[in-house]
Amino acid sequence: MIELTIDGEAVSVTEGSTILDACKSVGTDTPTLCYLESLTPVNACRVCVVELEGSRVLVPACARRAEAGMAVRTDTERVRHSRKMVLEFLGSSVDLSTAPDAQRYCAEYGADSNRYGDERATVAQPVKVDNALYVRDYAKCILCYKCVEACGADAQNTFAIAVAGRGFDAHIATEFDVPLPDSACVYCGNCIGVCPTGALMFSSEHDLRERGEWDEGRQTRTDTICSYCGVGCTLTLHVQDNSIVKVTSPIENEVTRGHLCIKGRFGYTYVQNRPEE
Amino acid sequence: MLHALHDRIGWISPGGVNYAGERLGVAPADVYGVATFYAFFSTTPRAARVVEVCDDIACLCAGAAELCKTLEATAGPPGVTSANGATWLRSPCLGLCDRAPAAMTRQAGTAPSFGRIAPASAALVTAALAGETPHDDGPPQIGGSPLRLLRRVGRIDPTDLDAYRGDGGYEGLRAALEMGPQGVIAEITASNLLGRGGAAFPTGRKMDAVARAPVRPHYLVCNADESEPGTFKDRVLMECDPFAIVEAMTISAYAVGSERGFIYVRGEYPLAAERLSGAIAAARAAGLLGNDVMGAGVRFDIEIRRGAGAYICGEETALFNSIEGKRGEPRNKPPFPVEAGLFGKPTVVNNVETLANLPWILRDGGAAFAKIGTPGSTGTRLFCLSGAIERPGVYEVPHGTTLGALVAMAGGMPANRRLQGMLLGGAAGTMGGSELLEMPLTFEDARAAGATLGSGVVMLYDESVDLTAILRRIARFFRDESCGQCVPCRVGTVRQEEALERLSHDDAGGRRTLDLTLLDEIGAAMRDASICGLGQTAANAIDSARKRLGCFAESPS
Repeated sequence: MIELTIDGEAVSVTEGSTILDACKSVGTDTPTLCYLESLTPVNACRVCVVELEGSRVLVPACARRAEAGMAVRTDTERVRHSRKMVLEFLGSSVDLSTAPDAQRYCAEYGADSNRYGDERATVAQPVKVDNALYVRDYAKCILCYKCVEACGADAQNTFAIAVAGRGFDAHIATEFDVPLPDSACVYCGNCIGVCPTGALMFSSEHDLRERGEWDEGRQTRTDTICSYCGVGCTLTLHVQDNSIVKVTSPIENEVTRGHLCIKGRFGYTYVQNRPEE
Repeated sequence: MLHALHDRIGWISPGGVNYAGERLGVAPADVYGVATFYAFFSTTPRAARVVEVCDDIACLCAGAAELCKTLEATAGPPGVTSANGATWLRSPCLGLCDRAPAAMTRQAGTAPSFGRIAPASAALVTAALAGETPHDDGPPQIGGSPLRLLRRVGRIDPTDLDAYRGDGGYEGLRAALEMGPQGVIAEITASNLLGRGGAAFPTGRKMDAVARAPVRPHYLVCNADESEPGTFKDRVLMECDPFAIVEAMTISAYAVGSERGFIYVRGEYPLAAERLSGAIAAARAAGLLGNDVMGAGVRFDIEIRRGAGAYICGEETALFNSIEGKRGEPRNKPPFPVEAGLFGKPTVVNNVETLANLPWILRDGGAAFAKIGTPGSTGTRLFCLSGAIERPGVYEVPHGTTLGALVAMAGGMPANRRLQGMLLGGAAGTMGGSELLEMPLTFEDARAAGATLGSGVVMLYDESVDLTAILRRIARFFRDESCGQCVPCRVGTVRQEEALERLSHDDAGGRRTLDLTLLDEIGAAMRDASICGLGQTAANAIDSARKRLGCFAESPS
């Protein structure tokens, strides 16, 4: 076990734990956007930064391994300031309207994205609709790298998308930005599963939202086992008005770790093959 | 691979991306991601002949803005191919600040070539666009006394190994082989040599850590991605004394137990890469590299990697990623390179100037080296003087020389000009005024004065210079060069530039106080929360110019 302190409180965590794990173990709420337990930490969003005694700069809680004797502070002015600014930077450049976590953090840290003037640069752009299964709205992309990781070595090993460009122009793209049907994409939908902002979205959800009919309050979630192959992935069916509108898998599920394939994710229409009314 | 594609036709086509992916076993989306990261590579058709015109801070003081304006009127907008199959582009610092304004030509084809135009004029750039081979004028201006690092510059033929050996070359390596790896590290530790790349880490300690690392193999990397605006000292060393770098890398590799070294030369320095390539080949032929270095049973060889227009690749972990063929995005530290660096193995990475000190230390001893300069800052140091100075160039002085004495050595400011401000240490450094002239040039004095020696930049501005334009160019530089990985830097550098633009123009919106507050708050977040040194220092020059020179203290007239 490793002993350290979080805001003065003694914590002991197992070897290999991160500062974020240590924070969680004492109930210290730490905002995260690019972190997901099933993916390699990229510590790119920097919203989880904490102050570490002896370190000149703040460190990312999600990626930094806990070491014996560390004195971590999560409640200082420096920490709050950097977190607020990161949230303002995102809010002022990205459409966060379908990102409930980010919205909650913005409110909590008092982030005011309107301070940056009307002429500020944003990533606003048209929605990419190039296939029947899901849409890509990169105006909502915070560049957390999760979809790239899920498409690549962390889950699917398809490598259909990567980060292209540099700086503020960096963006997620297929080679030469070709439409998904021309790329290596296999439509497993694991990128949608990990997207924290709704930039990647089921076409079914996107269409309902466009019509103003998407209503999570009216949805039920039912866990079942995928009927296609012998792996036995757990599916969570999101049902609204007696129609499946989205399929996910619980991240804590040992079989899937939240990931599915095209059949489990999108091959559900046969169960609602209802006679024409 | 991408260099080969680009050198052949001047851009990277979809077929080229697919071919590279197939040959390397990498997905095309990843190849595209890498190709679009580097400024030199174009993924849309581009002319085979390109003239890069520097409009960075040193060249800006020498009329680069007017030069670009003239070119826009005569040759068309940048990036548009003219009738003669050529185009011009605006470029960040080309490392030719001593002969500003500067330009560089790149010609793709079966025999790709390059040239440079310094100082450049609209007529010379137009001639280069038309296909004329630009001529390169003479050796660099160097100064200082007695010269150690610059001793051979302009005096010894940089392509002649015998001339190098005749001038004391390879005596350092011979001494190293006699004293053994631990002896070498002991001498370097005794010399108290601190890294010259900007971070001032003790070189001996770094080498010792890698030498002791149990994981094998060990790698050696020479960081020659000198991209800090206003810096050109490493270019001069590589172009004019390449064998010294090859010898120094061999010494370091022997000490840390590395059999494979890489030198990452920035893409803007084709002549340096050419000279180093020649030096490596000559050393290999003479048994000074290869399977049995100097007949001592030591194995070591060096590969050159060319950068492709990315300042961020000077950050050591971004440089590793770039050598590995990835996007040049920095990694989070820890782990540090001495534990897990290039290809995840223990790696010693040193700046060119740092390495150039090694042969001297090994030949004359660490104690002798430690006697030069001050106890905290041993040895001599190279400074790059540019801007409003009589004789711009590279100067070598012992640590402890005052900045004023250094400026005097370069002839001082031109007659009838008065100092308005100066930039020390590069775009990531400090702006200051004449109060800094009294400062002895040492790590400790710079720290005490709240400044930094950084990469040795000393750029002077006279009263004719619009300092806010310099600051805006620096802000644009960081915006252009941010890799885009972390939010504080990716968006912070953009918001910083936008606030500066507003502050430099009219104040109609009544946002002045807000924008000044924003600059402070953006700077603090970038400094605290960015992954690497680029974001952490992106507000330094602007911050120091406001505090020391009173920039933006009053509203623009």
